[in-house]
Parts: sequence; structure tokens; C-alpha cells
Amino acid sequence: MKSVLLKSKFEAIAGVAAETAHATKGIDLDVTVPAERLVEAVKILDEAKFMIEAITGVDWLAERQLEVVYDFTHVESGERVALRVRIPRDKPELPTISHLYGGANWHERETHDFFGIIFTGHPQLIPLLLPEDAKFHPLRKDFTA
Amino acid sequence: MSIEAQSIRNETFVLNLGPQHPATHGVLRIKLTMDGEYIMDADPVIGYGHRMHEKMGENRSYAKFLPNTGRMDYVAALFNGHGYVGAVERLAGITVPERAEYIRVITSELNRLASHLLWLGAFLVDLGGFTPLLYCFDDREHVLDLLESVTGSRLTFCYYRFGGVCNDIDEDFIAGTRKFLARLRPRMPMYDAFVTKNIIFRKRVEGIGHISAEQCRKYGATGPVIRGSGIAYDVRKVEPYSVYSKFNFDIPVFPECDCMARYKVRVEEMVQSMRIIEQALDSLPTGPVMAEKVPRTIKPAKGDCYFNVESARGSFGVRVVSDGSENAYRLKLRSPCFSNMSLFRECSEGMLLPDALALLGSLDLVIPDIDR
Repeated sequence: MKSVLLKSKFEAIAGVAAETAHATKGIDLDVTVPAERLVEAVKILDEAKFMIEAITGVDWLAERQLEVVYDFTHVESGERVALRVRIPRDKPELPTISHLYGGANWHERETHDFFGIIFTGHPQLIPLLLPEDAKFHPLRKDFTA
Repeated sequence: MSIEAQSIRNETFVLNLGPQHPATHGVLRIKLTMDGEYIMDADPVIGYGHRMHEKMGENRSYAKFLPNTGRMDYVAALFNGHGYVGAVERLAGITVPERAEYIRVITSELNRLASHLLWLGAFLVDLGGFTPLLYCFDDREHVLDLLESVTGSRLTFCYYRFGGVCNDIDEDFIAGTRKFLARLRPRMPMYDAFVTKNIIFRKRVEGIGHISAEQCRKYGATGPVIRGSGIAYDVRKVEPYSVYSKFNFDIPVFPECDCMARYKVRVEEMVQSMRIIEQALDSLPTGPVMAEKVPRTIKPAKGDCYFNVESARGSFGVRVVSDGSENAYRLKLRSPCFSNMSLFRECSEGMLLPDALALLGSLDLVIPDIDR
């Protein structure tokens, strides 16, 4: 189990890691890290040869927060790690990880489209799926068409 | 060479591939910066078919979203349905009867055959060979007839339900499937002689379109793309879902990293799918095809979960976040084509334009699956 070995590494960078049952949750390790330690956390996964799976935004309107879930999977063991970050809704900024994982480039652009999260340092943060002049973020819970 | 001639050689120009182009198989535009016949930069412009399926998942009940799943990757629609019902079943704790799981495997693998047959025909049209398409469509037609008899549709299937499938398979379907397998199996050597050994085809795909295993990892490329780069990653094996663990099948892997390797993976996968279908038909259990006591309105407990299936194009994942109500709070659809397409920019740099089209074809893209 590679993900168990990573647990202490995440805890060393102020992360909270909990093992979860794959059969009921679909992931093996659920990690929450502070936004400023995100890049370090992704580096840990990169060194352990994890593959990027997806980046998911969630708008927690009542808590005035945005959550971003970074899903990683290991191509040999099939283990999955979910990396969660919470940021304030009125200052939605996160560092980019596209320099570590090229695939994050499009996932971050998509998350920027849907939630208006600014990924600082991203080389091309322009609309990907939405029209090029889109000024709205449709997956925010207070979005009205 | 004179100074003038050199400056002409260094001149680049922008070439738009698409949005309407036969080689893009849908509405995809690629902004190419060309130096003569060579690609300096390829920037895919996507989103022409964007329909915001993820928002639709949030503003209707779980069951009402089911038909949407057939409209993303419409060439292999059953896999999307499987991913979605699997995620909701996992979150709501619904157990599926064994017979239903067997039927899901049989129909999914038939869908994989249909999808790969379509890809095989279309890929060869991309490379300039028209005839194989007619043979592939002939075979694919039989699969669609079979699936139509149980699902009611030929392309945008909506067959799986939370807790099972909506319609049991009958003796006609089983006999028809066996007949189809008996027909397709001897035709595989024909395709082999017809296509794989064709010298023109080989010159277009061998050593062309190199995608390394490391690039697959960095971009999240899955399915035949990663298996054509020497990594045996298949969701059906590494985290078996449904009843896949009960069947004997191999994961075809080729280490050449080129278009030929991805071609060989898909052709070999068709043989493996036939093996799975045969085993499933032989050991098909009796019993119900729907779980009892599945509530009419599904309200999973608060929380989230992730569920993956091995679609014909790679790993299709669904993350459902529930707040306890009858609508999903957030529905993330991780489509394999999105990740597979994202590495095109890096891999096509410095390639000849016709070679890049071979690479594009070998990725097996379905544009509505990218755009969602």
C-alpha cells in the first residue's frame, strides 16, 4: 500500500490524511492540505509516481468557501488519493500545478471556467469550454442564467 | 543558401484545422502554427459542443440525469451509464443482483466491440483507406441490432438503472450474441490480413506519434493510449468493479508507444471482449435484474464518492457529492477523451501534419465526450 506510506509525508506539511475504504468511497487516502502547501503535496504524489486523474471544484455557498479536489491514481496498484483544498469564496486563488502535471493545465482552465478560481502562475488561463467572452461561472451556486 | 531564402524558411503561418474537418470526427478546432509542413505548435480549441452536463446533474433528480449519460461519449454510451449508476449506487449503498451485473458486463463489452469497430473504420479513413470502413460498419450493425433488442436504442443507450438494468435479456438475445461472436471471430484474421499487414498502413503508423509512459502519467491519459505505451493500466483489472473479477481475460499491452501500438491494443482488446462475453453467457445466473426496495427518489446520505469504469477510451470517472437531497450537490464527470486530447499539444510538436492526423486518429476521440 503506497498511499499509507505517504500519510506521514502529508502530515509533515500540515495536511490531514485519513485512510478510507475503497469499496465505499472509491479512494484510498483522503488528504486535506492548506492552500499554501498544495504544490508541496502534489510534489509528494509526483515523486510517488501517481497519475493525475481529475480536478473538481465544489462551491460550499453556506460556508462561503470553495473546495477543490485533486484526484490522483497509481497506475500499478490502482490506489487513489484525493487531495482537498479549501479557499475563501471572495478570494478564490490557488497556485497552479500545471508545471508539475501537464494535464492539470486543462483541468485548471475548466475549473476556472466553472468556478472562477484563479490559478496563479497558469500559462494560459483563458476559457476552455465556455465561450471566449464568458464572464460568468455556471457551477457557482449563486449563478442564475 | 542566401539570407533571403533562410528568412523564408523561418517564417511560420497559422493553419486552422477544423472546426469542421473530417479528420477531427466532430466539432474540434486545432490552431496550428506551421513551419512549412511541420507543426511548431498545436493549440486545440474545444468547447463547441459544450452542454454543461455537470450543471444539469445538479438541477434535476438522480434518475432524471440518466439519459444525459448516453449523450457524452455516444459511441460507447453504456460505459458512461455504468459509471454514473455505479457512483450513485456506491453512495446510496444499493446492491445490484448478480444477473444484472452479468448483463451489464455483456452489454458493455458488446458496446466496446461496436466502439472499436467504428474507430477501426474511421481511423483507416483518416489514413486514406476507405474500404475497411464498410466491413467494420457491417459488423457493427449486428452489435447495434443486438443492443437495440434489449435497450431500445441503437446509440444513445439509457439501459442501466440504480440497482440493475431496466430490461432482462431473453433467449433470442443470447442466441443472437453467440451467433454474432461466431461470425466476428473468423473475421479478425481477415482484418489482420487486410489492414495490419498492409504496407501503406504500416508506413503511416509505425514509429509515428510517440507518446511515452511518463507523458501518459503526467496528462492522465488512459485506455488504449497508456496500454500502447507499455503500461498495463486497466480499471477492470486494477480495481475490478461489477463482476469483472470472475472472468479470465488479458490486458493487451504494447511497449512501442506509437500509433501502431495503440492500433494493436484495440484490435487485441476486441478479441478479449469476445472472451469475456462468452464466459459471461456461459455462466449467466438466474434471478432478478433489479434490486428490491430501490426507492423511487434516491436521496443518498451526505458525503461524496468516486467511481471509475474502463470505457472504450479509457478511465471514465464520476464523483458525486450529496447534501442529502434528491439532487446531486455536485456531479463531476471525468471523461477519458478530455485527458487523452490534452497531451496532443505536447506530442504533436515538430511532427509533419499528416503524421499528426494519424496521431489524432489513434487517440480515438469523441468530441462530445471532451466538451460534455
